[in-house]
Amino acid sequence: MSVKLERIRKRVGDFELRDVNLSVEKGEYFVILGPIGAGKTLLLQIVAGFLRPDEGRVFLDGEDITDLPPEKRRIGYVPQHYGLFPHMTVEENVAFGLKMRKVERREIEEKVGEVLKLLDIDHLKDRYPETLSGGERRKVALARAMVVEPSVYLLDEPLTGVDPREKEKLRRELRELHRSLNKTFIHVTHDQAEASLLADHIAVMREGRIVQVGSVDEVFRNPSDEFVAKFVGFKNLFRGEVIEAREGIAVIDIGGPKVEAVTERKGTCLIGIRPDDIILALEPPKSSMRNVLKGRVVGYDKAGAFAEIRVDVGGVEFVALITRASFDELKLEVGKEVYVCFKASAVKVL
Amino acid sequence: MWRKSRLNYAPTSRNFPPIRSSAFQVAFVLLGVVILVVLLAPIIYTLGESSGGLASALTDPLIVGSILTSFYAAFLATVIVFVTGVPLAYVLSRYQFPGKSLIDAALDLPILIPHDAAGVALLLLLSPKAPLGRVLMQAGLCFTETLWGIVIAMAFVSAPFMIRAAQEAFESVDVELEMVARSLGASPARVFWHVTLPLSARGILRGCLLTWGRAISEFGAVVILAYYPMSAPVALYYLFITRGLSAAIPMTGLLVLMALAILVGVRLIAER
Repeated sequence: MSVKLERIRKRVGDFELRDVNLSVEKGEYFVILGPIGAGKTLLLQIVAGFLRPDEGRVFLDGEDITDLPPEKRRIGYVPQHYGLFPHMTVEENVAFGLKMRKVERREIEEKVGEVLKLLDIDHLKDRYPETLSGGERRKVALARAMVVEPSVYLLDEPLTGVDPREKEKLRRELRELHRSLNKTFIHVTHDQAEASLLADHIAVMREGRIVQVGSVDEVFRNPSDEFVAKFVGFKNLFRGEVIEAREGIAVIDIGGPKVEAVTERKGTCLIGIRPDDIILALEPPKSSMRNVLKGRVVGYDKAGAFAEIRVDVGGVEFVALITRASFDELKLEVGKEVYVCFKASAVKVL
Repeated sequence: MWRKSRLNYAPTSRNFPPIRSSAFQVAFVLLGVVILVVLLAPIIYTLGESSGGLASALTDPLIVGSILTSFYAAFLATVIVFVTGVPLAYVLSRYQFPGKSLIDAALDLPILIPHDAAGVALLLLLSPKAPLGRVLMQAGLCFTETLWGIVIAMAFVSAPFMIRAAQEAFESVDVELEMVARSLGASPARVFWHVTLPLSARGILRGCLLTWGRAISEFGAVVILAYYPMSAPVALYYLFITRGLSAAIPMTGLLVLMALAILVGVRLIAER
């Protein structure tokens, strides 16, 4: 089912959700990305019906459900801490929704058994939530939502607080679940990696407003403003002045080094370059890259298969993300001279 | 009856003083002993002095009648406070509305107001000549000098205990659980029945016990509003005033014994 939010406004204490317009297509994986306190959970609660918007309408498959109470919307809600009923066993938890819909006991047993088996937790059915591990609780919360076959799933920070080593596996499982269920997922998170790896479309939220909506590519490669850029991982953000412009290419002085970017802009501007769009080389490379800047390594951080290198180019610090293999090949160390290289098209002018 | 406090020391014989004890521990224990003495000495002494007269107290119709009246009225008061106080506690714990903090603060008043002052306030409102009292008389309800007067006085002073206990119990239930239950198809009433109530039952039960205990021991408000039929505290007061201390001792002993019996009973049930 498609979900649409039209001009939603909601005030809660000092916080206000303003002018929220959202359109989620049927069956897609939609991620709402934003820092903590942006209003993401609030938005989810409005979609679920726990909160009534002060203004605006909510539509489910074209139907106005703004005045419909949550128990009448067919929406599966999985809260951040799973919300398992502590006084019920796993089986009773999962059966709850069916019991509320007055399904016959035999059918309940059947359906619950099916879902528990599907998620590999049927051996836990007589256990109480407090005896379960975090991962097991997550599965029970999912099973409970799945068994009533909702048309939309709302997931509040489902991967937050998960061991980083487990995260990759869980992301894959979530993606597979989405594929097999073929239902609309609305996933809320502050983790941009999660968003980039799972979403079909993303909405970036900040202080109660939606600041950009688009496909992963659109948002991650063409952030609409400085905030979004920072949030989606642009590390090299510099203020500069266009000092030359010809044939659609502008030369921008960022306080020393000059950067060439594909833009018609004039005057002062903010530019951003993704660390992964930067290549480091010991000699100026023979390639089509218009930006080749000489600098000196001032520091680096190695993390897993990648390394983040900080290079000082004429007083301006660039951050590049390269593979460990490249790092070893280049024999990088603090003080070493390297060339910071990137295409003009990699420079985003905000 | 009183339990020996269990102190955590390195393993030595249980009753032997510890080899290593700090001045802090000694001081705390001594202070604790002071209040224990203040609380328990009168009770123990009374039990001793009254042991002779207990049998006659048990057969005195005034005494027994007043005790039964007290039990019955306290029970009714608890039921009324439960049925009306628990919903209020839920509203206070879950909803926001203008004037809420004022109402919330006002709920502590019955605890602070001197009990006889509360009795006078109730009398002012409910006596047959009073505006509300007159209306109620038409409906056949009289609150002065009747059992219902005792019930109302008891309910007034003990209500905050129920409401606060229930409020605390509801607040300990995560709203997220209620939200999930709604998303799974439960109406607000079914959410309350299937999720909120089971999780807050313990706290609410505690509220009931506190309410009942407070109600049955009430004197000040009851003696003003409904001297007759005599509740146990009122009957004791009557004996003391008219016949002196010695006449009051047997009944006091009986009441103390009953309080102990109830305490032990509740503990035993709770441990089960």
